[in-house]
Amino acid sequence: MGVKLLLDKANVPGIRTYEVYRREGGYRAVEKALKEMTTDAIVEEVKKSGLRGRGGAGFPTGMKWSFIAKPEGVPRHLVCNADESEPGTFKDRYLMEFLPHLLIEGLIVSSYALGSNETYIYIRGEYAWITDILEEAIEEAKAAGWLGKNILGTGFDCNIHVQRGGGAYICGEETALIESLEGKRGNPRIKPPFPAIQGLWMRPTVVNNVETLAAVVPIINMGGEEYAKIGVGKSTGTKLISACGNINKPGVYEIDMTITVEEFIYSDEYCGGIKDGKKLKACIPGGSSVPILPANLLLTTAKGEPRYMNYESLSDGGFATGSMLGSGGFIVLDEDQCIVKNTYTLARFYRHESCGQCSPCREGTGWMEKILQKIETGKGEMSDIDLLWDIQRKIEGNTICPLGDAASWPVAAAIRHFRDEFEWHVKNPELSQTSNFGLQHYADPIHVPA
Amino acid sequence: MATTFNDTQMTEFKRLVARYPEGKQKSALLPALHLAQDSFGGWLSTETMDYVASLLHIEPIEVYEVATFYSMYNLKPVGKFVFEVCQTGPCMVSGSDNIIDYIKKTLDIKPGETTKDGMFTLKLVECLGACGYAPMMQVGKIYKEHLTKEKVDSIIAAYRTEAANN
Ligand SMILES: Cc1cc2nc3c(=O)[nH]c(=O)nc-3n(C[C@H](O)[C@H](O)[C@H](O)COP(=O)(O)O)c2cc1C
Ligand code: SF4
Ligand code: FES
Repeated sequence: MGVKLLLDKANVPGIRTYEVYRREGGYRAVEKALKEMTTDAIVEEVKKSGLRGRGGAGFPTGMKWSFIAKPEGVPRHLVCNADESEPGTFKDRYLMEFLPHLLIEGLIVSSYALGSNETYIYIRGEYAWITDILEEAIEEAKAAGWLGKNILGTGFDCNIHVQRGGGAYICGEETALIESLEGKRGNPRIKPPFPAIQGLWMRPTVVNNVETLAAVVPIINMGGEEYAKIGVGKSTGTKLISACGNINKPGVYEIDMTITVEEFIYSDEYCGGIKDGKKLKACIPGGSSVPILPANLLLTTAKGEPRYMNYESLSDGGFATGSMLGSGGFIVLDEDQCIVKNTYTLARFYRHESCGQCSPCREGTGWMEKILQKIETGKGEMSDIDLLWDIQRKIEGNTICPLGDAASWPVAAAIRHFRDEFEWHVKNPELSQTSNFGLQHYADPIHVPA
Repeated sequence: MATTFNDTQMTEFKRLVARYPEGKQKSALLPALHLAQDSFGGWLSTETMDYVASLLHIEPIEVYEVATFYSMYNLKPVGKFVFEVCQTGPCMVSGSDNIIDYIKKTLDIKPGETTKDGMFTLKLVECLGACGYAPMMQVGKIYKEHLTKEKVDSIIAAYRTEAANN
């Protein structure tokens, strides 16, 4: 069993309630931080921990915190990003649903460190029942004196509010989230100014992912240096992975980032192997935006070394032969899955979620969806594959926010690694409607453990 | 239906607005629209949106802009129960197509339509963060996961009973 820092208590009966959470040692991090540490010391501890943002971009959290502007007399805000809408990602939901007090505890410590007296959780609107769970936990924490005025007699005031979104993936992007929190459409802002200078209501703001803020609790409890000893290289601590697709045991797993991808997929502690004894065809290891990899490049790098479940190893080889850890949304495809169809559904998703501000993203995502649908339904031409490649290349890097890139990468990677499957669709318009390309080119290039 | 919050709804509305600093009451718009949609028949009529605008002291256009941007707000009447079935990649590889086909056949409606008795609406939606529990759909506040044809049958039957008993 690997180290568990976040989900170690997830199975304790009643852990959702304040009473049990406290009895199990909860809120010690708040006591320690507020009574024994200065705000600078907390930021320093988080820096030492090496914690990287768990929302997808992996930016060092301590460094992000140290950027927050502190103009005299202007309130600052911490905003927790619980929008979780990247296909394949459902880890924050698990954490909030089963360990709401862990998030609240992390939020109190982080709010104190950043000087946020009014802290907001922006949660995707569909997670309505989790909103209720969080609000209940907040009330419990308030009644026990961990929130409200003059917490623990330190003079620090803090309230936490939960706001539901309205159903829009783009509101996960931090400036779109801020716009939405202001009661507007989720149109990302042009940066600079960055939120750390002018964010919510033009006040200095830090936006962090749910898992990032929960990880602050073990960091304070054990110390940044100890936290950094877990994991490897710049992938310190533990990471939540939400695993889905054609595996035996879909679910949310906490891993320390030293295990191989092979172990994660095939061991019974995690995914438990491919469903129905089928073969692994491909995988999108870090949420729908990151490049899809064929089985051989997923399990080993281009150099033939084992690939590990961490930031560095998953991106080894760049986009040519690697991918990204991203949000930890691990999507597994077996031999019966069609890469063209899968890519089409993702392109449809990005077209649907484009906010429409930039023409390359607004128009390009629509064109990609149409061309992919054409190929998928057996009406494609060879030139369509090159056209797709060309469109994705023209979106990437030419937009206000990274959604443009997020829409391009899955299409680019699918063509890069599975071009023959796209060509097969074009050459076999009828056959492709009733059968799949399967593993024709990818059968057993790998060692599949018994 | 009269477009005015009753006392309970008004208390909730005030709680929502109180979460934001003085002068920033527009921030309560998204939650207020959820409340309005739940209070006034599951969708947002122009009248409802204008009412929310007046309560928040903002222009109606500011409400329309927002209501049309987000997918959870219904701008047309919907059935008593809305089946929002996820069709994105992870659900698709886990068999959502079969479930969607089955619901279409069983209720005899296409996506976007409502059954003649006004009971069910079918909506196809994108990833709802339940990919590991696929295929799935959302009905109101609730997620129905690990769907099978049998499960769909019993869900439909249960809602019919619920409606008959109300
Ligand atoms: C289109 C798009 C969607 C995003 N969705 C999310 C999301 O659902 N949750 C999240 O935490 N971060 C999301 N992000 C990343 C955020 O912009 C931001 O980097 C993150 O919340 C920062 O928190 P972290 O440093 O703790 O990861 C998204 C980014 C983009 C461009
Ligand atoms: S890249 Fe797309 S989603 Fe992002 S701002 Fe431009 S149009 Fe909107
Ligand atoms: S793809 Fe259906 S819930 Fe995520």
